[in-house]
Amino acid sequence: MGTGKEPRRIVTDADARNISRVEELSYELKIADVMARNIHTVTPDMQIVEVLDLFRRNRISGAPVISDGKMIGIISLEDLIRAMERGNGHARVRSYMTVDVITVHSYDSVVTALETFARTHVGRFPVIDETERLVGMLTKGDITSGTLKALQRDYQEEEVRRYRASHLFDDIVSDRTSLILRYQIKQGDFTRGGQASSYIKRALLRLGANAQLARRCGIAIYEAEMNLIIHTTNGGVIWVEIEPNQISMATIDDGPGIADVDLARKPGWSTATAEVREMGFGAGMGLKNIERCVDEMNIESKVGEGTRLDLKILLPPEDSFRETGQQ
Amino acid sequence: MTLQDVIDQLNLKVLTQPIDFSAVTPTSGYTSDLLSCVMAGARKGALWVTLQAHLNIVAVAALLEMSAVIITEDAQPDAATINKANEEGVTLLSTDKQSFEAVGRLWATGLR
Repeated sequence: MGTGKEPRRIVTDADARNISRVEELSYELKIADVMARNIHTVTPDMQIVEVLDLFRRNRISGAPVISDGKMIGIISLEDLIRAMERGNGHARVRSYMTVDVITVHSYDSVVTALETFARTHVGRFPVIDETERLVGMLTKGDITSGTLKALQRDYQEEEVRRYRASHLFDDIVSDRTSLILRYQIKQGDFTRGGQASSYIKRALLRLGANAQLARRCGIAIYEAEMNLIIHTTNGGVIWVEIEPNQISMATIDDGPGIADVDLARKPGWSTATAEVREMGFGAGMGLKNIERCVDEMNIESKVGEGTRLDLKILLPPEDSFRETGQQ
Repeated sequence: MTLQDVIDQLNLKVLTQPIDFSAVTPTSGYTSDLLSCVMAGARKGALWVTLQAHLNIVAVAALLEMSAVIITEDAQPDAATINKANEEGVTLLSTDKQSFEAVGRLWATGLR
């Protein structure tokens, strides 16, 4: 593929099939997307040993040389080695820096940078923006990691698309379709505290829920899950039913039960032990937090028998898991 | 203000696997050691300053999609906590300063 200046090679269908996603990305990604933004600069009067120390501490291999706010050169590890070989560790940067600096533009695509790397055999370029301001540095390593990150994003988007249950709810015909998730929660199992809620949140995102909805469910379930871990005798069950237009959640346990439900709902009220409080639980905010996140909350409890907490979130049409009828 | 700037300015220790911190921009800050308060008050992308260093902070930070947790007074999370944080993609940072000073310094950077 050419840059536009050289005659463009004709791409046959066979070629087109062989164009990898990585090649495509090198056109799609801008230099600004992959460059290192956190740049370390040096001054022309710094000593070679000082720069060496800066490079070592920050694990970098080159830095622009700035004087009076302007870039006047670039100094690389190779320049430093050259100076050290001559025993000139205390020489100034200005004597060893490269003054003919090749720059690239932040708004150019990555493929332009790749061509410049190939043409010049230079290891790193300062990146400048439309106003010629220095905004970053670019090495081949930055391009590799930037491309990998973009590939991973692609992959995740693909994953999400593939698992969108909106398709599921649209494809499966019944009078009422729902998906039920169940989790067994052990009493006192703080090491797995929050795991079920994080699984539920992830499931909702995969099903195509918007981030805000997944967050509300995540917070509500987290508090309910911690209640099972902290306050029950034998743990309990989390049950989540996802339907296109609503999410119903429940936690069920077999004791000890809540003596005064109204008191338990009061912000600040908690029966948590000192040990549990030390971990940051037992603020007496749990039920209040849950209530804030859901549309309906109901607690039924009997001392000696157990507690059932029922929660419901109603989905407005634009958040429905069904795609038919919208878009 | 990127997470890298915060790490540099507050001289924070990175406890989890380093990522490109300059690509992460904390959008707000929050401090409390009570997890339910954090659940109620911290926003997505927030930097959370806490003295708590046990496993459950990871679940909270992951659920709320925080940009990082700053653990103060050199409180040391155990290996399981750090492993879990790496698994969940939660960044744990550490400082020997007290929460009061850490928050003051964050405020001074302009973070709200």
